[in-house]
Amino acid sequence: MSRTAATRSPTFISGARTWWTFFKISINERLVYRGDFIIGTLMRFLPTLTQIFLWWAIYDVISTEGTADSSSGPDGQIAGYRYGDMVAYYLMVTISRAFSSMPGLTSGIANQIRSGEVKKFLIQPVDMQGCLLMQRIAHKLVYYLMAALPFALVFYLCGDFFIDGWPEGERLMVFFASLVLAFALGFYLEYTIGLIGFWFLEVTSLTFIYMLMNFLLSGHMFPLELLPEGPVNIRAVVEFLPFKYLAYFPAAVFLGKIEGAALYQGLAVELMWVVFFIVTSRVLWFRGVKRYSGYGG
Amino acid sequence: MPIIEIKNLTKSYRVYQKKEGLGASVKGLFKREHKNVHAVKDISLEVEEGEFVAFLGPNGAGKTTTLKLLSGVINPDSGTCQVMGYTPWERKNEYRRRFSLVMGQKNQLWWDLPALESFRLNQHIYGVPKAEFDATRHELCDMLDVTRLLNQPVRELSLGERMKMELIAALLHKPDVLFLDEPTIGLDVIAQHKIQEFLKSYQQEQNNTILLTSHYMKDIEALCKRVVIIANGEIYHDGSLEQIVDKFSGDKIVTLQLHESVDQDALKDLPNVIEVTPPKVKFRVQREKVGAVLSGILNSHAVDDIVVEDPPLEEVISNAFSAAEAEGKSQ
Repeated sequence: MSRTAATRSPTFISGARTWWTFFKISINERLVYRGDFIIGTLMRFLPTLTQIFLWWAIYDVISTEGTADSSSGPDGQIAGYRYGDMVAYYLMVTISRAFSSMPGLTSGIANQIRSGEVKKFLIQPVDMQGCLLMQRIAHKLVYYLMAALPFALVFYLCGDFFIDGWPEGERLMVFFASLVLAFALGFYLEYTIGLIGFWFLEVTSLTFIYMLMNFLLSGHMFPLELLPEGPVNIRAVVEFLPFKYLAYFPAAVFLGKIEGAALYQGLAVELMWVVFFIVTSRVLWFRGVKRYSGYGG
Repeated sequence: MPIIEIKNLTKSYRVYQKKEGLGASVKGLFKREHKNVHAVKDISLEVEEGEFVAFLGPNGAGKTTTLKLLSGVINPDSGTCQVMGYTPWERKNEYRRRFSLVMGQKNQLWWDLPALESFRLNQHIYGVPKAEFDATRHELCDMLDVTRLLNQPVRELSLGERMKMELIAALLHKPDVLFLDEPTIGLDVIAQHKIQEFLKSYQQEQNNTILLTSHYMKDIEALCKRVVIIANGEIYHDGSLEQIVDKFSGDKIVTLQLHESVDQDALKDLPNVIEVTPPKVKFRVQREKVGAVLSGILNSHAVDDIVVEDPPLEEVISNAFSAAEAEGKSQ
């Protein structure tokens, strides 16, 4: 055995190969736990079911108050949403969140920092962010593969709620782009929060605040049109926050709530947020590592 | 030129001091008292290529801190260090491709996957060509006798098997310098022995430089010619194992086997008797008095057999540690 380590030099190809291997390994790792998937996916639709009944009751009250002779079901509008739109909205938000939610990412990073596992990325010539990203992409792909069938079933059963039918070509393209960006935004946002673990060893409360904000301001809980515009214009504030791209935006694009130039403007702002969190996470990583290595670990 | 050159390296940690009790915890929310702990104080050390050096010391002596400094995980407060011409804490990729750190208590392999997959990943991370990777892997797996376990998920391996896999993962890119932090911790005697054998022959074959910390004296006896004793963050002794025995133990252990005709209790009143198990008597004698004491006994008693040996290394080292601690306190 002769030692040639010194003469080896990294190339783009070898870098790409590292990520490809990492990707494949992550997929294998994920397939170990295929049992959770089926149950987990179906559970995702449970809250939607309660939403369907809740809104049915609400629309029912509105329509009986407005028009006396309505007995065949609710047909009023709330903030521009008919009953069918409302249900379709929740179904589409489930899709958005299937892309943007990153279970365990933040706490995972914080744990790695606290337990010292993060050392691995200081010792080996490999980047932590790249590893985590590959891992997430792999996990998501496996998830979509496993969840495709239950998703298709639910959407088939709920087809009637999409009153205006499915969107056409251009809108569909914007919708898909917004989903991909939702994934990137979700990843880099949570990665950034996780890196705060370099400063505070415990980020559970921070994660909780983030989840709460995400729940209320992303459109996960209700369409953003329902947010009050006075006395404080929360609706306008939310427009300036990144959260709405995690759930509301793709759904609104799909349902035709956003039109024309606003579609591309929305995509551009979403992209801007992704870049913002990429840059922020890089800065945090370098400062965090410096602090970590200065402090001990 | 030495492959590792450490000069006046100093590192201290700031540690939050928490007092006992709820009151103190509440107080800690507002005002925290910190204490500086000097983990490594002004250490200088040179290691030549191909050396196998053991770091010995009580818990918290600064052994692991030194290894962390050398592998670039942490930055020092002051001092310099060069490993193969690199400053470790600059964390250059060229440097990171040329060493490995194995920690006995930390897992680097993918828990749910066969070790082979983790090996493949390392192959690409370190950019090892396929042919070279296969050859090295075969050789290492043969040496450690784990080829049949390559396709089993790591979580199903025993601790000893996992440690062997960890070692292979760390050696696939043929690092020039290897840092081992307690590689045999928690292993049974057979597995320990196996890993010692492996490290020994691997190091002889590759002639790479290995720094090892361990609590098991057997590891050190088996592997290292040079021993560095660290206590309280300072190098207390740097030399061969024999020198340490000479320096820290003035005694020899003598075991006599008495002849049947002799009264078996005759020698039980000797000073410093360790144990009497007729017909054997074991006792401790100062090194320079061994001759005199023995000839005295031989003149008056019939003795079948005599064994004179050094005290167990554990005891010697523990003497050395206490001496180091005492010196640290008196300063």
